Amino acid sequence: MSFLDDFLVRAVIAGIGVAMAAGPLGCFVVWRRMAYFGDATSHAALLGVVLALAVEMPILPGVAIAAVAMALTVSLASGERYGADTMLGVAAHAALALGLVALSLMPNVRVDLSGYLFGDILSVSRADLVTIWGGAAIIVGILLWRWSRLLLATLNEDLAVSTGVNTHFEKIVLTVALALLVAVALQVVGALLITAMLIIPAAAARAVTGSPEAMARLAVLVGVLSVLAGLEASYHLDTPTGPSIVTASVVALVLTSMIGAIRGRKA
Amino acid sequence: MNAPLLKTDRMGVTLTGNRILSDINIELQPNEIVTIVGPNGSGKTTLLRLLIGARKPTEGTITRAANLRIGYVPQKLTIDRTLPLSVDRFLSLADTSRKARSHALERVNLPGLEKRQMSSLSGGQFQRALLAQALLRKPNLLVLDEAAQGLDQPGEARFYQLIGELRDELGCCVLMVSHDLHVVMASSDRVICLNGHVCCEGTPTVVSATPEYRALFGYGTEGALALYRHDHDHSHHHDHAGDHHH
Repeated sequence: MSFLDDFLVRAVIAGIGVAMAAGPLGCFVVWRRMAYFGDATSHAALLGVVLALAVEMPILPGVAIAAVAMALTVSLASGERYGADTMLGVAAHAALALGLVALSLMPNVRVDLSGYLFGDILSVSRADLVTIWGGAAIIVGILLWRWSRLLLATLNEDLAVSTGVNTHFEKIVLTVALALLVAVALQVVGALLITAMLIIPAAAARAVTGSPEAMARLAVLVGVLSVLAGLEASYHLDTPTGPSIVTASVVALVLTSMIGAIRGRKA
Repeated sequence: MNAPLLKTDRMGVTLTGNRILSDINIELQPNEIVTIVGPNGSGKTTLLRLLIGARKPTEGTITRAANLRIGYVPQKLTIDRTLPLSVDRFLSLADTSRKARSHALERVNLPGLEKRQMSSLSGGQFQRALLAQALLRKPNLLVLDEAAQGLDQPGEARFYQLIGELRDELGCCVLMVSHDLHVVMASSDRVICLNGHVCCEGTPTVVSATPEYRALFGYGTEGALALYRHDHDHSHHHDHAGDHHH
């Protein structure tokens, strides 16, 4: 017996792991205006699930491969005919629709579809915890290692290049980190809400912080608190857990925006 | 002559089928102020991007000195409103020493502004903060892409005066892009007149007397105006290659 036997404890630990990685990564998604990009990558996760089931491989690597493939495809494809938002919108919804269609074409596979779409944090196993925390540690490690270079490349590509930063490489680093997060967060909040876990805590942190690092740290805190509040609410109100976590982060965003507005008026 | 900081040999670039630049032969020496002038669409910014390494030439070569350190001031730096960034944090991307940063701010006449958010700076302050960032990299080549754009005339004059002082202090090469011909004439050692290729090159006085320059910019004090209404029939071909490199 250990405290990990409690499914709620495992859910809390899993949620905190995802929030730790989503906080700083979400800041880059917001700064670089990659929200649509996040959607395209996370919707590809569903396609990854189907492909993994089809070839009878473990789900998680399948998701990671599909997410990386999608992320690299859309980040390298140059939108000459269409705007970037149109292209990413097409990619995101195509991946989602294809995933749903392909899933229905596999009659001998019974899967919990809503679990993949909206998350199933309460079913996290001990092995899942290892995967989630391992993935989150890799993402945070990558971001800490490249932090200044990523920041410079985000500010201005030419400025970054003139100081010897390889902006293409930094872009790929972020892309891979994002795909990894999608794989890790799929079980916790589901394909449809992963982008929300990325951008809402970061946006909430923006309203009340004055440096990139403070914003990233506060985004982690907002994410962790949202996980706790969302799980608590879901337990008492019997609401779906993933959407409850996202709702909690929206409440945090409204609160920090109000605090930011009041401070702004005083200053 | 010293070994050049940077040298291009018959460099050119073709983008999506359009030959933007061709046959560029440029040499940059320490301690000189070189200004690139040319009408809109003449490839000025593309040339700078090639020189700082943001783009690779599709023809010819660039040779950079082993000790080349570039300080780059972009034409425009848009900081997304979602990115909180103080002046000091911005400068710390170039130098980790707090003392060096406050010194650089003093040098560009922005003393004590460390704590201000970049987004709250005025246009002139912002450009000078960008310049401070470039100085912190201890450059031997300072590259400015229309860095005084958007400043009023006195502000612009002060900015270029500061650039001149910095060249004297650091002994670095300053490479600027400008379409303000008065500034060019007053503050440059050498002018490169660009229109897809190097039309002419030399001291401001020599260049302003060449037929190629006049074809682009017109005559006398009206030159600055003529820049905007210059005759686009000017030949871009290499039929007067003999005039190019003096």
